[in-house]
Amino acid sequence: MIRIGLIVNPIAGMGGRVGLKGTDGVVERARELGATPVAADRAERALVRLERDLVSQQHKVRFELVAAAGEMGGDLALGRGFSIDVLPGGDGSTTAADTRAAAAELARREVELIFFAGGDGTARDIYEVVCDRLPILGIPTGVKMHSAVFATSPENAGEVAAAFVLAGASAPLREAEVVDVDEDAAREGRIETRLYGAALVPEDRLRMQAAKARSGPTDEAALDAVCRSLAGEMDPRRVYVLGPGTTTRRVLAHLGLPKTLLGIDAVHGGRLVGADLGERELLELIDGQAATLVVGVVGGQGALLGRGNQQLSPTVLRRIGLENVEVVAGLGKLLGLDPPWLRVDTGDPELDSELTGYRRVHVAPRRDVVFKVAA
Amino acid sequence: MRRYHAAVWDEPLVMEMGRPGRRGIVFDEVEPEVRDAVGDPAELVPAGLRRTEPPELPELSEPEVLRHYLHLSQETLGMMGISLFGTCTMKYNPRLAWELVARPEVAELHPDQDDETLQGVLELVHGLDLILRALSGMDQFVFQPGGGAHAAYTNAVLTRAYHASRGELAQRDEIVTTIQAHPCNPATAAAAGFKIVTLPLEENGYPSLEALEAAVSERTAALMVGNPDDMGIYNPEIDRWVEVVHDAGGLCFYDHANFNGVMGKLKARDLGFDACMYMLHKTFGAPKAGGGPAVGAYGCTAELARFLPSPVVAREGGGYRLDRDRPDSIGKVREFFGNVPQLVYAYTWSRAMGAAGIDEASDISVLLNNYMEKRLLEIRGVTKSQPHLTAPRLEMTRYSLGQLEEDTGITVVDVQNRMVDFGIDAFWLSHEPWLVPQPFTPEAGEMWSKEDVDEWIDVLAHVVEEAYSDPELVRTAPHNQAIRQLDGRNLDDPSTWATTWRAYKRKRPVPVEGDGDATEDWAKVAT
Repeated sequence: MIRIGLIVNPIAGMGGRVGLKGTDGVVERARELGATPVAADRAERALVRLERDLVSQQHKVRFELVAAAGEMGGDLALGRGFSIDVLPGGDGSTTAADTRAAAAELARREVELIFFAGGDGTARDIYEVVCDRLPILGIPTGVKMHSAVFATSPENAGEVAAAFVLAGASAPLREAEVVDVDEDAAREGRIETRLYGAALVPEDRLRMQAAKARSGPTDEAALDAVCRSLAGEMDPRRVYVLGPGTTTRRVLAHLGLPKTLLGIDAVHGGRLVGADLGERELLELIDGQAATLVVGVVGGQGALLGRGNQQLSPTVLRRIGLENVEVVAGLGKLLGLDPPWLRVDTGDPELDSELTGYRRVHVAPRRDVVFKVAA
Repeated sequence: MRRYHAAVWDEPLVMEMGRPGRRGIVFDEVEPEVRDAVGDPAELVPAGLRRTEPPELPELSEPEVLRHYLHLSQETLGMMGISLFGTCTMKYNPRLAWELVARPEVAELHPDQDDETLQGVLELVHGLDLILRALSGMDQFVFQPGGGAHAAYTNAVLTRAYHASRGELAQRDEIVTTIQAHPCNPATAAAAGFKIVTLPLEENGYPSLEALEAAVSERTAALMVGNPDDMGIYNPEIDRWVEVVHDAGGLCFYDHANFNGVMGKLKARDLGFDACMYMLHKTFGAPKAGGGPAVGAYGCTAELARFLPSPVVAREGGGYRLDRDRPDSIGKVREFFGNVPQLVYAYTWSRAMGAAGIDEASDISVLLNNYMEKRLLEIRGVTKSQPHLTAPRLEMTRYSLGQLEEDTGITVVDVQNRMVDFGIDAFWLSHEPWLVPQPFTPEAGEMWSKEDVDEWIDVLAHVVEEAYSDPELVRTAPHNQAIRQLDGRNLDDPSTWATTWRAYKRKRPVPVEGDGDATEDWAKVAT
């Protein structure tokens, strides 16, 4: 019998689409802004895939899912086509303390993997309880996912978990950095990434995302030059929406404008017309306007859309038009991606499939790299 | 391990040697009869060319000069050692060709002579053209470009002329290349005014056909690509690539810098390419001459031939002439019709090898590389790029010392510095960008013996063992060379450069009182 534990952080990811930099400590504010839970939906997608991969193999392996109570997993797990056990509790509280308590109980019950839905904050809570005594595997759900413990999509998370179960004792593991951004610093425009440790995760080069890397110094000049040319070639009639990160901040710097580091800002006619925008404000800004989206790439994991920029919701992206998405990144950062492609995970599988294929990334003035985009 | 120590001469600069008035040869005064016949000999030099002040030259005797340059030649850190400098296909330059080049039939020619008096050299140039046509399937070669990058530039300019002739130049402003193409391909294309579209490597070790299909459009002017790449990986879909680019209306250029592993096995034209380039100073046994002048032999199809640089050597009746009447030509990319001594080397090498010899040489190159790969991968800390690929590499393999660095902190440059302590020439690392950490790329070719290759590998294995047991020894190398390790921090600071005596005098520090060793002071400034 192989048993894996399930913890869902039901509020994970809520801050993203309303322009907050995370959901830690600001869940009420997120609700006020109209945020709706996304974690349950994504966790369910992962469980559907896990079920698909395991049901046909039930003659080979006996498997049980031990879920945290209520919203934290039990509600989603019940009714699946495999054996379920639910931890006691379920008083409706879903704080970080509840995550840690659930992780401790799963460890005590000697599950062989903790499968969780959340972001960096959730990963950190679980890691601080189990350290490297027990492998963990993240269903990407949060706003920030800089840690290397997440699969690249909920479906891939389900597949990796299934492969882990089927491999039994011989499942290959690797160390993965658990990283979290200080959310208070991020709201003030500073990226302060902290390494919290190295968790054990199932090894899977293609379906797991690598830790976020910083771009090297060699492509700095080329990157700066391409940012300058993007700034210089802006059409004053269009609205330019700039995604988070240091690269897009460089573009605005060449216009003499400030840029929120983790937020979405907008420029029209050389003027800043919005900073740190949420989905609703973005839709209002581009309503009836020709718009261009300029986005950077998250190093290491190659996230293009759906990681740290969920304000760029499927509705926003469709309104801007996929042909008006300009991607800019340092060549070194692109070449450091492993596996070598960009990821999209907008929350809309249909949009994701339209975005996949190959897309040009501007790496220097008059120089593009044609890079693979995968969901 | 061979015991070795390089010569250390602590030689002053030639300008600091000798004594005022010392001469190699002292000439007599001009005899009155001669003066009567020609007047003042100095007046024979046109006034505009005459110096007002004599040049500042070293004043030395003939043996002093010869001894000085002999010493310098012993302090070059190699170039006559075992040199498996990958991507450069290091080969012996046969003395037979050297003898031929020195003969007056070659050495005393002037390219402005009447074609009638150049028949011998024109026949040789044409003969080499025919040999390269046979190897490539192309219809015409020219030898004007002074190296591989210059041939790539020639191609970019030819591409421009071709699309201009069809009225499509304004529309076709992009050249597609790969991340593993030699940097001269995107660089020359950009210099010729094109935008660059680069394809990265994917799982197979080469860019995918799908990426190429996404990259080409009605804006595509050309594809510039090498195959195999510097990792030794051959793209087996290359004929499909050519079709995709042709279907989009672009031209295809095959950079044959890495020809050694495929020579005699494939022809660029058979794969559909419109043009290709060979580096005579690599594959064809001609000297590299310290980075030039060399020859990038550029060949193309009959359709493109009218754009080739002028003049081209043409066969006419029983003889040869330089065809200068070429209205569609892109003009000149260099003077005259090529660096003739290099052409003599390449012609001599090709005729000596013959078709069968060239074919066998590519077999030996690939075999020796794969032998080498087997031994190198047995060394602790050495891995190869794209280790998941099972297809054999061709004439070279890209390796990584990333594991060694993780284990010991010793980098590939440290290892390179230490290997020269054993009389092994520095190896090649990788062109930019580095796609694997701490890369190095040896290439054995067909010329080096198994004993040479084994010695090279033994030295590397020894140095790697040292890296694990005594990393400080490797980190501070070289120890047995003409010079110690240089501090490279100021290499990009022009204020420390002195390539002339005048610059040296201007930039060197003022010597300390009573301290005559200017060289040492200079070294201090450089660190």
